[in-house]
Amino acid sequence: MLRALLLTLSIVAIAHAELCKPDAQNAFKVRISIKTALGDNAYAWDANEEYLFKAMVAFAMRRYSSKSTTQISNVLLCNVTDRVSFWFVVTDSSKNVTTVPGSEVEAAIRMNRNRINNAFLLSDKTLQFLKITSTLSPPVEPSTPVWLIVFGVVLCLIVAGIVFLIVSGIQKHKKKNKDSTERENLEEKVEVTLENGIPCEALDLKPGHINGVFAADDERFTSL
Amino acid sequence: MEKPGAFLIPYFIALLFEGIPLLHLELALGQYLRKGSIGAWNSISPYLGGVGVGSWIVSVLVSLYYNTVLTWVMWYFINSFQEPLPWSVCPLNENRTGFNEECYESTSVNYFWYRKTLNITPDIAESGKLQWWLILCLAACWLVVYLCTIRGIETTGKAIYVTAIFPYLVLTIFLIQGLTLPGATEGLIYLFTPNLNTLKNPRVWLDAATQIFFSLSLAFGGLIAFASYNPTKNDCEKDAVTVAIVNSMTSLYASIPVFSVLGFKATTAYWDCLDRNIINIINEFDLPEESIMRQNYTSWISFLNSSYPEKIAGLKLKSCDLQEFLDQSVSGTGLAFIVFTQAIILMPGSQAWAILFFIMLFSLGLSSMFGNIEGVFTPLLELQIIPKSAPKELLSGIICLISFLIALSFTLGSGSYWIDIFDRYAGSVPLLVIAFFEVIGVVYIYKIKRFSKDVEWMTGRKLNLYWQITWRFISPLLLLIVFMAFVTLQMQRPPSYTAWNPKYEGFPMKEEKVYPPWVQAICVLLAALPCVCVPLVALFHLVKQKRRSKDPSFVPPEVFSCHGANSNFSHTKE
Repeated sequence: MLRALLLTLSIVAIAHAELCKPDAQNAFKVRISIKTALGDNAYAWDANEEYLFKAMVAFAMRRYSSKSTTQISNVLLCNVTDRVSFWFVVTDSSKNVTTVPGSEVEAAIRMNRNRINNAFLLSDKTLQFLKITSTLSPPVEPSTPVWLIVFGVVLCLIVAGIVFLIVSGIQKHKKKNKDSTERENLEEKVEVTLENGIPCEALDLKPGHINGVFAADDERFTSL
Repeated sequence: MEKPGAFLIPYFIALLFEGIPLLHLELALGQYLRKGSIGAWNSISPYLGGVGVGSWIVSVLVSLYYNTVLTWVMWYFINSFQEPLPWSVCPLNENRTGFNEECYESTSVNYFWYRKTLNITPDIAESGKLQWWLILCLAACWLVVYLCTIRGIETTGKAIYVTAIFPYLVLTIFLIQGLTLPGATEGLIYLFTPNLNTLKNPRVWLDAATQIFFSLSLAFGGLIAFASYNPTKNDCEKDAVTVAIVNSMTSLYASIPVFSVLGFKATTAYWDCLDRNIINIINEFDLPEESIMRQNYTSWISFLNSSYPEKIAGLKLKSCDLQEFLDQSVSGTGLAFIVFTQAIILMPGSQAWAILFFIMLFSLGLSSMFGNIEGVFTPLLELQIIPKSAPKELLSGIICLISFLIALSFTLGSGSYWIDIFDRYAGSVPLLVIAFFEVIGVVYIYKIKRFSKDVEWMTGRKLNLYWQITWRFISPLLLLIVFMAFVTLQMQRPPSYTAWNPKYEGFPMKEEKVYPPWVQAICVLLAALPCVCVPLVALFHLVKQKRRSKDPSFVPPEVFSCHGANSNFSHTKE
């Protein structure tokens, strides 16, 4: 009895070993970078974490195909390295020792990627399923682009400044015109002619001006 | 790109023998003759009127394209209010499985600059469409210029208080931030270590000479215009030396935060390169995380290379060299819009830094625009293109409107290639030629003895030996040598440009292309147009003189010598 049990167990073990190995059919490689994601709060990857992983994969399969037949024991892990990276397959207990097709596994993981990531406090980049691409979320776009709003503000300021300067210029011009017409009405416009920079009225234009210095010594000169 | 440490040497030599003498010459000229560039040169001698016209044309050409650079700055500024910064992430492709291909191949910063801002075409012959967002920003920029120059020097004089002081504040803030970043010291060492080999390359000397022109705005006519508003007895010699020294000190002061940020960027790129290699190795060999760190990377690599060489070769690891990353710093528009924006993403609080940086760039560019527009505006005002009764606001409005309409062509897909052409050809050779004729004209035609007396009358001091020697011999000689070197360098190979072509095999490297013949003709036209004004106007006056000498009732030319003195009384200070 014991021998038969041991025999079946070893057969199952060998079969499992054949199902899960690197680059096996329907097997996926997983790469986890805990220290990069969590830094000082990093936890160690041990058997408990592996159990959680198997549970999450089983959960994903159940949710996807909505038939509750996938058990934790159906998920097989192998080749765990220090990196941490490993390979896993999902077996189908209804059919004899075969693996669930890769496309189904992929679809299930994609559907529940967020839940799986959160269970391990990781993200798409730090919990990588190497053959499964993730859909990237688009950046948040506001309805009016921000730059247009800023541009509108800047433009309003500039136009306000220009209008202010032009209006003040026109007002100054009008005031100057008003002042100069007022001044014209009040005073007579005196035409001042200049000769050599000196107004003509200041110059004595009488010809033959007698110079007093020489006029005193009149008798000394010979009379004509 | 040449190592900047050695660049300082030709820069200071050019400053001492070219920059300061020419600056003093132009300021003295404008202050004494009290006219803009065209009027001033007509006063010196009608045969030299072409120098003024040439400066005016250069100012027009430079104003056209310079404001488009400001447009790009404004575009980046209004985009800096977004969280996250739009140049930090790549957009997704159509089916959301990955990133946009062009963005993924190059970087998100490059993608934002070449695609989202310029929407650049792969070839200069393909014009592409007008980019509406750039048109909006261009209109806003020309409105800002109009606002500040609306009444000529009256409004410009007030605006300059803001645009001149604000950059110093921002530079100081960047200096403090930059020095605290990791890798800043590597950048500073890179800046200040001279590599004397680069001095053998004539290109370095050429770049230093033309950089001085742009830095001090020489030969644009703007300085003559500004100086004409000074009081007559102002000490222009002190002004010239002060302006030149402050300008150079500011450039040095500005280079410190710039290079510390570049050092930070290079260091971060180097660490990223190392980290990527480390992840690849860890994944390939399934080693535990954090077993290979940056410090023991080289020892691990040598160990793995000896034990598993084929696996290592299969990984195709990039070689990470800090010096290579430091050398990658581009100059010109690439520096601000690609390198610096990349560095800003890495800093904490990147929006604030981006906003500050682009406001600073905007005010710096705006002050340069003031000089250019003044160089265009003042001569037109003196030539009385519009009747005296019309307000000054009208003339500045017309100038800004016409410039805006012409500059729309720079908002096409191929616009940035055209701006490079304008920058390289309209903004380099004509300046050298005009400056050369300026010095020769004042020293040998107006005669240096007369000019020394005029300057002595203004400053109250005799001109010392430095000015005499540089004005008479050194500056013209230096200008001639630089001009000859430039022409020979240009002749050596056909002018080419680098195009951003996503379909190129070497993408993201830029594709090197040769200009088509019609573009080359435009380049020659741009460089030659301001220069031929000088002989053309001289020829025109010669012909007019010859015709007048045959006419018995002509006015003797001695009247022209008093023209300068009379103009003292005719120029009213606005």
